[in-house]
Amino acid sequence: MKKRGASLARETLFSVQDLHVTTETREILHGVSVEVKAGETVVLLGPNGAGKSTLASAVMGAPGLKVTSGKMMFDGTDITEMPVDERARAGIFMAWQAPVEIPGVNVSEVLLAVGECVPGYRQLLATYTKTLELSPFILQRELNVGLSGGEKKKLEILQMMALAPKLAILDETDSGLDVDAARTVSRAVRDYQKEQGTALLIVTHNARILQELTVDKVYVLVDGKVAKTGDGKLIEKIEKDGFSGMKLVMEDTSEEEG
Amino acid sequence: MKRGLTKELVLELSQRKKDPQWMRNLRLRALEIYQELPLPSYGPDLSGLDIDNIATYVEPKTAMVESWEEVPAEIRNTFEKLGIPQAEREGLAGVGAQYDSELVYHNIKQQIAAAGVVYLPMEEAVKSQQMIKVNGKKQRIATVVRSHFMKLVPPADHKFAALHAAVWSGGSFVYVPEKVAVEIPLQSYFRFNAPAAGQFEHTLIIVEEDADLHFIEGCSAPRYNVANLHAGCVELYVGKNARLKYSTVESWSKNMYNLNTKRVTVAAGGRVEWVTGSFGSCVSMLYPMSILAGEGARAEYTGVTFAGEGQTLDTGLKIVHAAPKTCSFVDARSLAKDGGSCTYRSKVKILKGAKGAKSFADCKSLMLDNKSRSDTVPLVEVSEPSAEVGHEAAVGKIGEREVYYLMSRGLSEIQARALIVRGFTDDVSKELPVEYAMEMNNLITMEMEGNT
Repeated sequence: MKKRGASLARETLFSVQDLHVTTETREILHGVSVEVKAGETVVLLGPNGAGKSTLASAVMGAPGLKVTSGKMMFDGTDITEMPVDERARAGIFMAWQAPVEIPGVNVSEVLLAVGECVPGYRQLLATYTKTLELSPFILQRELNVGLSGGEKKKLEILQMMALAPKLAILDETDSGLDVDAARTVSRAVRDYQKEQGTALLIVTHNARILQELTVDKVYVLVDGKVAKTGDGKLIEKIEKDGFSGMKLVMEDTSEEEG
Repeated sequence: MKRGLTKELVLELSQRKKDPQWMRNLRLRALEIYQELPLPSYGPDLSGLDIDNIATYVEPKTAMVESWEEVPAEIRNTFEKLGIPQAEREGLAGVGAQYDSELVYHNIKQQIAAAGVVYLPMEEAVKSQQMIKVNGKKQRIATVVRSHFMKLVPPADHKFAALHAAVWSGGSFVYVPEKVAVEIPLQSYFRFNAPAAGQFEHTLIIVEEDADLHFIEGCSAPRYNVANLHAGCVELYVGKNARLKYSTVESWSKNMYNLNTKRVTVAAGGRVEWVTGSFGSCVSMLYPMSILAGEGARAEYTGVTFAGEGQTLDTGLKIVHAAPKTCSFVDARSLAKDGGSCTYRSKVKILKGAKGAKSFADCKSLMLDNKSRSDTVPLVEVSEPSAEVGHEAAVGKIGEREVYYLMSRGLSEIQARALIVRGFTDDVSKELPVEYAMEMNNLITMEMEGNT
């Protein structure tokens, strides 16, 4: 049986070290370093086009992205060249910003194909479905087909809960969720993290998903570089002042980085 | 020395079958037609078929291999993967008549016989003196066979229909009396122990008024024949307000030319549902035809075709709307992989006077790589202005985003692709009894693994 979630010991679970990532046409990340300890909640903020989603995708090993230098370590293993499915099986999960519709395939099929038969698995799924205020029939529906934006995002979180990763990347899970749904998801993620000790790397624009969570660390990404790091208070500051001036800050005090 | 089909050979076959006079005459007449007709002028290349030596495809001895060891390893592995017991495997692979399914079959036969349903080997039906009521008239089965056999599909239909009529062997006769609904699907599976079954077999089904039947032809296990030509014939008669569901899951060995002819005529208010899964063979030409003869008759077609390396599968359908308010719905899916080629070929004909007829076709193709090929050749002929006809076609490739999404959940690339493909064919699986659906899914998974 798989050990669900991570241990509570606060040791480094995941780190990105001086990562340079290019698409086919240009470099998006110009040397980014990020660290996530076991069970931590780390938030990635930044203006549009800063490279937040690129970083999330690179962690998951998305095709079309190339790591030209730097590395990614997970649970003591260099995963920079690891195929996406192996990363997933090692314990990394990503909740997609735009979940993909797959006709004719339902959620249970996917989860069963991954195939860890934890006792009481179905019961567990039913409970999580309820926690997220999703219809119990959603497990039998075609994957993301004909679902509302909110349902899709919740379904991503349901998959996270079912797969019990050590590290979950939530890529703008809160965009497309209304206020109530965002609260529901935020609570569900909080309770799940408490129960399983899952480390979270959260990419967000509107911080709604953070309302019930305790943030340990914040990275601000500007133009493909870390412009600032701080604790949870940094979020309030940015909500008040915006990202303006961040790039200058970085240029002036580049030793702050990392 | 060339070995064409001779009168002597046909007569010898007829004698061995102890055919009645009319059947012998039919065979001989069909032989003449066969000699005269050219090969089809459209569709896949049949030049690999040794037409000059057609007799070698026909001689029953060559239709069987002598022992399990002679069956190619590829086929034997497939049986193992499908989890079919050894005894059945040999029977299905065409090794002698070692699979005796008579026991299983016997119980089913008793159940349905009580309701007046007849399910006989074709050869027996040709001679049976049992009385049945067809179209309100009591008559012998032998007489019914005579008035229906090769009537929907006349030998002159095309060269392989003529060949079939001349050398047919094996197959089933099914009769469902008025108002009888057969609860369990009847499966031709039970008949694989007949020599040369699955090569030139003839299926004749009569479903009387208000009756209901689901017939399943074939089996997902690949049948291996040394003689690699299949030219079967299926003739179906659906009575008033009756329903017939005709399902086929076939998986031929990859040296097979599968040139099968299927046709149904549907009376007023009746309904035919074709469900087909076509796998295997090197060349297939399959276009089940529905003649909607009575007012409000309905045809549905749900099919999936999977062409892999070296395969050309030309499949589709024909529908004739010959009466008012007839309707037809088509959901055709095809998959091509490793250079395989799929063609969807259809002809929908709406005759003058078929007022308010409706036909809608949706055909989707999925190409799993850049080497493979998919074509759509839909033909529509409408002679009735009040008819409504719709056709949608889409050819796509398996989406890398979909594959990546599933892999990000921990599925391997093969698992992810197989799941997407199974999803694509889900409409067909849903129509099949669960064990067939599972076997079809296994087949898809095997085809997907095949060359990866």
